[in-house]
Order: sequence, then structure tokens, then C-alpha cells
Amino acid sequence: MSDEVSALGGVTRSEGIAKVTEMPLQGMVTVRGDLSDKVLKKAILAVTKLEVPVLAEINQVGEYALCWMSPDELLLFCPYASVEIILAKLNKSLLKTHSLVADISDARTIFCVSGSMARDVIAKLAPVDISPKAFQNGMFRRSRLAQVSAAFWMPADEVVHVICFRSHAQYVFTLLKVAAQKGSGLNVF
Amino acid sequence: MLILTCPYCGQKSEETEFHSGGEAHLKRFGPGSTDEDFQEYLFVRENPKGVHFERWRHIYGCGKWFHAARCTTTLEIFGTYSAQTVKPPKELRDKISAKRPGWSWRTYP
Amino acid sequence: MSARLSAYGRLLNKARSVNFTFNGKKFRGYEGDTLASALLANGQILVGRSFKYHRPRGIVAAGVEEPNALVNLGVEGNFEPNQRATTTELFEGLLATSQNHWPSLEFDLGALNSKLSRFMPAGFYYKMFIHPRPLWKYVYEPFIRHAAGLGKAPKNRDADTYEHFYAFCDVLVIGGGIAGLHSAKAAAKSGARVIVLEQSAHWGGRALVDGGEVDGSPVDNVVDKLLTELSSLENVTLRNRATGAGIYDHGYALGYERLTDHTSDNAGPRHRLWRIRASHVVTATGAIERPLSFSGNDVPGVMLASAVRDYVVNYGVGVGDRTVIVTNNDDAYRTAIILKKSGLVVQAILDARMLAVDSPLVAEAKSVGIRVLMGHAISKVLGGKRVTAIEVCSQAGRGTVLEKIECDTVAMSGGWSPVVHLWSHCGGKLIWDENFSMFRPDVDKAPKGVDGTAFVSPAGSANGHFGLMELIGDAHAMGQGAAEAAGFVCKRASAPEGSYIEEAPMVPVWLMPQGANFALRSKSWLDYQNDVKVTDVQLAAQEGFESVEHAKRYTTLGMATDQGKLSNINGLAILSDALNQPIPQTGTTTFRPPYTPISLGAIAGEARGEVFQPVRRTPMHDWHDANGASWEPVGQWRRPYAYVQPSESIQDAVMREVKNTRENVGLLDASTLGKILVKGPDAGKFLDMLYTNVMSTLKSGKCRYGLMCNENGFLIDDGVVARINEETFLCHTTTGGAESIYGHMEEWLQTEWWDWNVYVANVTEQFAQIALVGPNARQVLERLSGMDVSKDALKFMEWTDGLLGGFDVRIFRISFSGELSFEIVIRSSEGQTFWNALIKAGKDLGIMPYGTEALHILRAEKGFIMIGDETDGTVIPQDLGLHWALSKKKEDYIGKRAHARSHMSNPERWQLVGLETLDGSVLPDGAYAVAEGVNANGQNNVQGRVTSSYHSPNLNKGIAMGLVIDGPNRMGQIIDFPGTDGKTYQAKIVNSVFYDPEGEKQNV
Repeated sequence: MSDEVSALGGVTRSEGIAKVTEMPLQGMVTVRGDLSDKVLKKAILAVTKLEVPVLAEINQVGEYALCWMSPDELLLFCPYASVEIILAKLNKSLLKTHSLVADISDARTIFCVSGSMARDVIAKLAPVDISPKAFQNGMFRRSRLAQVSAAFWMPADEVVHVICFRSHAQYVFTLLKVAAQKGSGLNVF
Repeated sequence: MLILTCPYCGQKSEETEFHSGGEAHLKRFGPGSTDEDFQEYLFVRENPKGVHFERWRHIYGCGKWFHAARCTTTLEIFGTYSAQTVKPPKELRDKISAKRPGWSWRTYP
Repeated sequence: MSARLSAYGRLLNKARSVNFTFNGKKFRGYEGDTLASALLANGQILVGRSFKYHRPRGIVAAGVEEPNALVNLGVEGNFEPNQRATTTELFEGLLATSQNHWPSLEFDLGALNSKLSRFMPAGFYYKMFIHPRPLWKYVYEPFIRHAAGLGKAPKNRDADTYEHFYAFCDVLVIGGGIAGLHSAKAAAKSGARVIVLEQSAHWGGRALVDGGEVDGSPVDNVVDKLLTELSSLENVTLRNRATGAGIYDHGYALGYERLTDHTSDNAGPRHRLWRIRASHVVTATGAIERPLSFSGNDVPGVMLASAVRDYVVNYGVGVGDRTVIVTNNDDAYRTAIILKKSGLVVQAILDARMLAVDSPLVAEAKSVGIRVLMGHAISKVLGGKRVTAIEVCSQAGRGTVLEKIECDTVAMSGGWSPVVHLWSHCGGKLIWDENFSMFRPDVDKAPKGVDGTAFVSPAGSANGHFGLMELIGDAHAMGQGAAEAAGFVCKRASAPEGSYIEEAPMVPVWLMPQGANFALRSKSWLDYQNDVKVTDVQLAAQEGFESVEHAKRYTTLGMATDQGKLSNINGLAILSDALNQPIPQTGTTTFRPPYTPISLGAIAGEARGEVFQPVRRTPMHDWHDANGASWEPVGQWRRPYAYVQPSESIQDAVMREVKNTRENVGLLDASTLGKILVKGPDAGKFLDMLYTNVMSTLKSGKCRYGLMCNENGFLIDDGVVARINEETFLCHTTTGGAESIYGHMEEWLQTEWWDWNVYVANVTEQFAQIALVGPNARQVLERLSGMDVSKDALKFMEWTDGLLGGFDVRIFRISFSGELSFEIVIRSSEGQTFWNALIKAGKDLGIMPYGTEALHILRAEKGFIMIGDETDGTVIPQDLGLHWALSKKKEDYIGKRAHARSHMSNPERWQLVGLETLDGSVLPDGAYAVAEGVNANGQNNVQGRVTSSYHSPNLNKGIAMGLVIDGPNRMGQIIDFPGTDGKTYQAKIVNSVFYDPEGEKQNV
């Protein structure tokens, strides 16, 4: 079908200290397995052209990315339309390797927080040191945003991508909006 | 509010990212066990003033369970280590002995 | 009376006047004023009435320690009580009112209490109003609550917003005075990340009032230079109007930043709570001057000597025309000298000490012509709403009046106490300093952090160092030490050198005069805010409240908003004296955060209104909302309780939905049910341990209902398991169980069976799930076409994948209603579109959505249990007649050993039955069935309770389930359920399957 919709239909808001936008549907596959296993690494490389990232990092090139979720879990980003093919390929090449792959594209929502004070917005909600010294492009941090699970990374300067559960999308969007309200910048980063 | 370092993802995070899971290194007793053993397993817990071994889960992070050795009076964290072990590692026990001579917990040091 | 002194007012912008209102009267101050300084400048020294005796009270201090000048600020959504006038910055249009008086500040009926004060000592309320008991609730308490207390609670919703901010640094410096700034600089030089918090709007602290030099430059230049330097450093963050409110375990500290309180412009958040994690904290929190205890020391016009000085230097306000200074130390002489220089009259300095040689400050005071009376004291202050005179006596005597001195202001100084609060919050210990009669931090007993090493250092006057020279040396060393403790290397730089003025030692004076009689002592206030006098503390000691913590609670000394900032040490000294023991033996009460009150809004941060707590939404949430959903919270989810049509009550809607589902077809948003993938060679073995029944024998394509218990044997969840292929299962959990059961699985896999080859993934939100229920359900699916869902192609408890009407779906044929029922699973992004397609396809078949209440009635009619209704964490499967789901073949499953405990097979356990009232009415949910006799507390014995109760529109009567002692063996018996409505409901014990007991309807 062609009428798939993201949780909030691509909502955006820019009147505060940062712009907050819901990203379009993103292909996402959860991969559970031994991340040091050669067969698994090869299978991942074959579908994404990417190496398995190390501890708490994200490898991203073009439309593909790999996020380190835990010692035995990866989150794979790919074009939304390619999920089925990728799942089939992975299932095939991992037939004899103990692992679990599943489509979770519709289970998550991604927001983009952008602007010179994007870091301020995150630092109001997550108990994480997001100063430029401690958090840079290439890092992937799972934590919480106020009261719900979330993870974030910075694909570019002044851009933070935040991923959360789809059912929390409205909550997280409102949180980001509140944290980005006018007149609330700190200018400390 | 404590800081814990998750031994799986290496993150040093504040307590709100974690979920505490009670005493570490309990031995499970299942069908066929005596009432005494089963009761101990279910209900009897250490309540030390001083060195303690606990389970924690990095619930808002990598989701992994791990163990922590902590002083219940000063809240000092002696170390965190894998959940996939049945007893505290020797290295950690030695470290605790250096800091808290004469400590004891169950059958340890 | 008071007037601005043209040569003074360093914090004022005299070019800009500011209008404000106090008790409805319009006043004018300057930009840079505090509310207190502006009131004083306008001659308004009376600002409130005291807590208990309603005595007139005036401004005493110039900072956070102010006990009296608490006012209401703002109106309606911006109203806030108990705000200190001394720290409230003046802005255009500020509205303030005084509190705790009736009918007015000037004339207060409660002041009669003052006349009765002889009869209202400490513990008066405890002793007096205890009998008769009912009078307390209906007469005494409402009256006392009306008469006593501080400001009133706001009535309107807070119009402002608040936020948190998580900050991380190597060194946190609390206090932006001359010490804090020097510590910050010393630490920052090492490259450490430094945050400096200053509670006021201004940097530099008291040093700028008292002057002096550092490395030959005047302190104001030094502060400017330090600020410029620190602001230019990338590794330093300076925040003013930000109080270091508390220090907690492992270097956690709270900063309370006020963003808009000082201005009429309310854009953006009002307060920000900084949640700081620091490797090391420097508490450069300064010191607070102590009052002296003499008769009438609470009459408006009696103030701290340092405050009188602050008002002159900072705000150009002379509090009075004729001032008497009373002191036990040299510092108060600075006030006398400043007053004299500014052209005001200093009537005399009464110094309780006898000095052999004049110190430089004493000599200077004398040289400018001030009358200094050594060894003298105040016997009594005269005046009501303002000081009119004092009576002089010798400190050593009993108070015989030697002389009367006319004056309107008394500036008192009992010495200084370091602000040790933050040091103490997390366990820092104190030692008694005999030289200054004060507690100061014991640097050898600092709070310990995550690695067991000290993480707090006190600096400057907070560490008991008062002269500029000593103070700066200490601050510099502590700053460097903090950076080093945080792992940085400091180049050995020598500390800047502060100027030195020799001072004569202070002598402790806890009571003035030393031999004050009862009449004098009973008017000598220790704690202004709580109306505690010297005699109250002495009475507490006499009555046996010897522990300082007990004496505090008995007398209320040191409670309320100022937490004893002024009264603490004086109170301890009086208590120690009464107990005949040295002060360190008495010790202090516990210092608890926050240092000064912080707003509840700041604590809540963003968590209010729409994001007070997370609300989870299914893909069809908006449709439900637009179609009359009456919402029910289920965990964090919102589920439609019923879809209410216009001109229909909620109950009508529920009845309609139940009937329609049984007669036509209903559809339910079941997306919230947990869906967990379990995969691996050991997946079957794992599920056999998790569920009480066998799952490993399930065939691919089939479903099985299962129960989960915890190790205690109690039911924790239930749901349908589907086998996807040899290695993969899909487990359904309850709505509330998705996360907890996923966590439960991970816990066992990670911590017990870590060698088993199983991976799990929580895919709950990947899919929308829709239950299509009722006789016409199959027809609806057939109209969408594409899949064979006939009786034989898709049997009960089977599932299949396919394309239905062009949608990629999985269909389960399972039923939680006893009807022909399908649950269709589709990707969340298509959930709404598919829901629409079903409604369209079933339009002429009577399709209607139904909510959770209809779901409940449908399942209750069939006697199906619901986790959370029939279970409460103490119920085992056997209690619910689910023995069939307990595998006898399996050697082990979680809970099996517990089921073998003796109590689990006790026939006296409460067990599941159906209940029917004799008159067809609905049993109250949760009602208890009474049994014969009473228990030890004289309450009726009970024999069971209602777990689910509804009106069944299909059976047209009340139906209920309940747990009853030995219930299944008591069919037909009638038991009594008293309701909270005063009525007793009689119900018959019946089988819990009320509808279609043969199960014919779902097998069509």
C-alpha cells in the first residue's frame, strides 16, 4: 500500500529556540545476535555496506545506518521500501546463525531537532552530557527523554535526531516543543 | 542520586536510567527443593551495613542486567560487573578488601 | 523618615524609577532595588505580623536569611506567598501584600495573643487543645489555622512554565562572592569545566560592601576583572540568580535559577532547575550574621548591623536617623562608621566586650566621634511598631537601667556563622570554632563520592575565614584542590593577596544582659519567624526535650521558610546553657536541602499539563477521539471505554456495543496488547519455563492460550502464543504486561539461563491489532477478499498470513468473547486505513466499534478471567479453576515449586465463582462478602469479594465474578455483600460461565 502514515503525519514546529520536525517513515530493522560473529558481520555488511559499529556509536552512510543498541543488538536504518528485501536477505544469510531480525519501522518515530540551540533542548530532557566536548557526531546514546525511553545522535552540527516509540510520539513531540519554547535558550554549549 | 557505570555499554549514568533488582547471586531453587531452601531463595535477603552486592538493569540504556558492589553506608561503588557470573570476581573482592578490611558478605571475601 | 543617601547606592540605577504597590499603596523605587530596600526607602519598615503572637515585625536582614519580610507577590495565576522582600528584585508594576494579619497590617486583632504570650509558651497548642478530641477537628484546628501561619496557598492554576536542565562539570562552585570567583578562577585555569552559581543578581558578595584590596587593587575592580576573565573562558559557565539549593550523593547538585522573577516580562520559563553532576563541589556560600538576644529585639527597627550597612552602601537607604549599634565584635563598627560618614546619627555603640586595647576599627569609630560604651548592653527596646528608644545596662548584670537612649534603629551583631548548609547536606561534618563561637566545616570529614573520596570543599567565609587575606588564600587553594580532585593538574600559582585589617576577638554573647530576668528573657526572641523566645527553649530543656532535634520540634525553633538561618546558633547556645553542657555536645539540627525554598513548579519542570505524564496512543487514537471515545487509562495507554453517540449516556453506549457485537459485528482496537517475538533453538524450552502449560509442542500455524506466574506462584500475565515457525514464537501479553513481560523474559535470559540460545524482541508497536467479533465477522473479511477465512481453512486457534483487500495482514482466529472472532494484525502505519476499510466493508452488516467496557462484559459473560481484575498479585491459577493450564508433565516452570507450598493447596483459599444477585441488580465492584463473627479488631469476618461485576444486556441482569472461600464447592449458597451505599446485596454462588456454556457461538 502507498498510504502508510507516520505517527504524527510529519508535524513540524519552528517558533522556539530550535526547529522540531517529525521525520518521514524510516525503514528500521532490529538485529539481535552476536555482534562479533563473522557471518553476522558479513550479512550486515552485504545489505548496508557498513561495518558493525562499536560501543554506543552509529555508522551512517547515505540512506543506511547501524546503531549500537546493546552488546547483542543493532538497529539498522534503511529506506522504508527496502525493509522486506533486507529482512529476506538477512534471514537467508543468517539461517544457520542464531539471531533474530524483525521489522520495527512502524514501531518507532524519529524527530529532528535543529538549530544552534538543539543541544539545549535535549539537555533539558535527558540526563546526559550533551556538551560538544562529550557528545559528537558518530555517537549514539540511549537514555530517557523526561519519562520515556529515547535515543539520540547528531548527524550534523546543530542537528539532533531523536528516536522514540511510536505510541510516545505525541508526548515526545510536545516535550520537545515545550523544551524549545521561546526565550528558553541557555547559550551554554 | 547514584551514578552507575554499566559494564556492557560503558555509560556512566545517573540512577534514573537504571532499575534496581535486589540482591545479587541468588541461587534458584525449583521443584524438588526443600521448603527451607525454597523459602531462603524466595524471601531471605542480606541486609548489610557496608559492602553489598546488587543487581541493576540499565533499563533506559542498553537494557542489560549487571551486578554492582556498593557500600550501603557511604554509597561508594566498588565496581560493576557482568550478570553472567555466579559470584563476585576475585579482583573486585580484593579491591574491597583493600578498602574495607574485614568486610564480609555471605561466604565472601 | 528614611531617605536616599545621594553618595551611596552602588546597585541602583537612579536614572530609572520603578513603580510598585504594597498593600494597595503605590510606591516608587529605583531599578536595582529589592522590594525591601524600596520599602525602607519609603519609610515602610513594618512588613508583617509574627506567626503566633501577631507582633508587628519589620525587615531584619538584607538577604536570604530574612525571617520577617515575607510577602505575597502577584495575583491570580502569578500569585505566590512567602516571598522574601529582601531577595525580591523590584520591577515595574510589582504587586506585593503583607501576610498573617487580620483585618490589617496596622491593626491586627491577633495581636491580642501577644498580651497573652505569658500563657502561650512552647508546647502551648499541644497541651491546651488535646481534649476533648472532637473539638480539635471542628473548633480548635480551623481557628488556629486561620490565625496562624504564613501566606495563603495560591488558588489559581500557575500561569508560568518551568524546566529542568541537566548540566555536567568538573568543578561546581556555589557562591559568586569574592571567594567563589577566586575558587572558580583557580579551578578553571587547569582546564576543568567549571560552573559558578550565584544566588543573587550580583557578583562579588559582601566584599563589595566592606571594601578592601586584592593585590593592591580595590575589590570592585578585582571583581569586574575576574568576571571579564571568567566570562571569556569557554570552560566556565557563570549563572547569577541561581541558588545552589542542595548537594546530594555522588556529586549531584541542584541549582535553582530564576529567569523572569525580576522582570515584568514573563516570556519563557519562569524557573529552571539545574540538575548538575559535578566531580567536585566548592561551597563558597559565605556567612550570615547572628542577631543578639535582648528584650524587644523583634521591634521593627532592630536589624542586623550588616543589613543596615548593606542598605546604605548598596541601596543608598538610611534605615533610620538615629541608630544605636549593639555588638560583641568589631565588624559592627563598620556599620557605625558608614552611617556616620553618610551623615546619619549614631547615638552610641554598645559593645558587650571589655577590650584592653582598642582595635583599629574601635579606634576609628572613636576618632570619628562615635560614643562607644564598652561592657554595655541593651536591657530593653522601647517601642511598638517602631523602635523609639533603648534602655542601656551593663552586659555583666541583670539589666538595671543605666540610661535611656532615644533612637529609631538598632543595628545588632552577635558575630558571624559560616553558611555550612550545603557542606552538610550530603554528610559533611562540622567542628566548633572557639575563637569565633561558630560551627565551621571539618575539612577532614567531607562528604564522600562515588569512589569513596571527598567531593565537597568549603571555601572562604563559608570555611570560617573572614578577613580578605585569609579568605582569598583559602578560596584559591580550595579551587585548585577541587580541580585536582577532579583529575586536573594545576600549575602552582600563588594566591592573590587580600588586604588585612586586624580585628579584636569577638566574645560570645548568647543573652543580653547576661543575667536577664524572666521578664526580659520572655521578650528576647531567638526565632522571629516562628515566634520562639529564649524562655521557650529553656522551658523545652526543663521539660526534658534535651536532644536538639526534639527541642526544635517542641518549640518550632528553626523551622519554616528560613530554617533557622538566624536563630540556629543562638538557640543551640541557650539550649546548651540550660542543659549545662558545651555547645558542640548539643550539636546542630540536620541541614536539609533546599538551602532556600524552591518552587514546586521548578521541581516538576516540564511535567505538567499535556506532558504531566506520557500518554501512549495507538495508530487509531485520533479516529477514536473523533468518534465519541470516552477514554479509559490502561497503564500509560488511553483506550476507548465506549464510543458515545450523541443523545446517549456512556452506559447506553456500552449496552449498545455489547448487544451489537453479539448480534452483528463489533470491532475493537486491540493494538495495545503486547507482542513479543521469541526466537532461537531454545525458544520452546524457554517458553515452557515461562508459561505454566507446555508451549514447545505447539505446531506452527497454531495458537495456544497460556498463563504466566512468578516464582511465588502468583499469576502475572496471560495471553495467546502463536508458533510462527520451528524456532519462532509470538507471545501476546496483556496491555499492561508488554513491557514488564518483555523485561521478565530478558531478566531470566540474562541472569539465569544466559547459556540458552534465545533472543526476544518487543514488537508491540510495530503493529495495529483489530479484533473483529460477532456472527457477521467472517462476512466482513470475505468482503475485503483475498484470504480464505472459512471455518475449515482457518480453524479456531489458528493463524494465517496473507493479503486481505490488498493489505498485508496476519489473521488470528482467537476469541475473548465467545463469539466468532478474528484478530487482524497490520503494520501500524496502515492501521487507520485498514480500520476504515473494515468499517466500510461491514457497514450494512451492522459493524460498530466497541470499547473496553463492552470487552469486559463480553468476556465476563463467558467467565473469562482478566489479569488485574480476577488477579491481584496473590492469586494462583488454581484459585481461578485453571488447573488444566498447569502442566503436570513438565519438570519445572516458573512458579511450579511455589505451587507445591502447603498454603497453595489450602481449601480455605478464595476461589473463583460466578455471583448472581437475587434481584438481578449489579453487585458493587470490589464488595466483600461477610461471614459470621468478628475479627480481633471487632470487624466483620469476610469470606470473599467481588472481582468483576457488570450488567449483562444479553442476559438482562447483573452478573459478577468473585473469589469466595471454597467457592466451587458451595454452588447455590447465598452470601451477603454489604455495599458502601448502606444496602446489603444478597448473591447466589453460581458457575462463572453465564453465556453460551457449550461454546457453540465461537465455533461457527
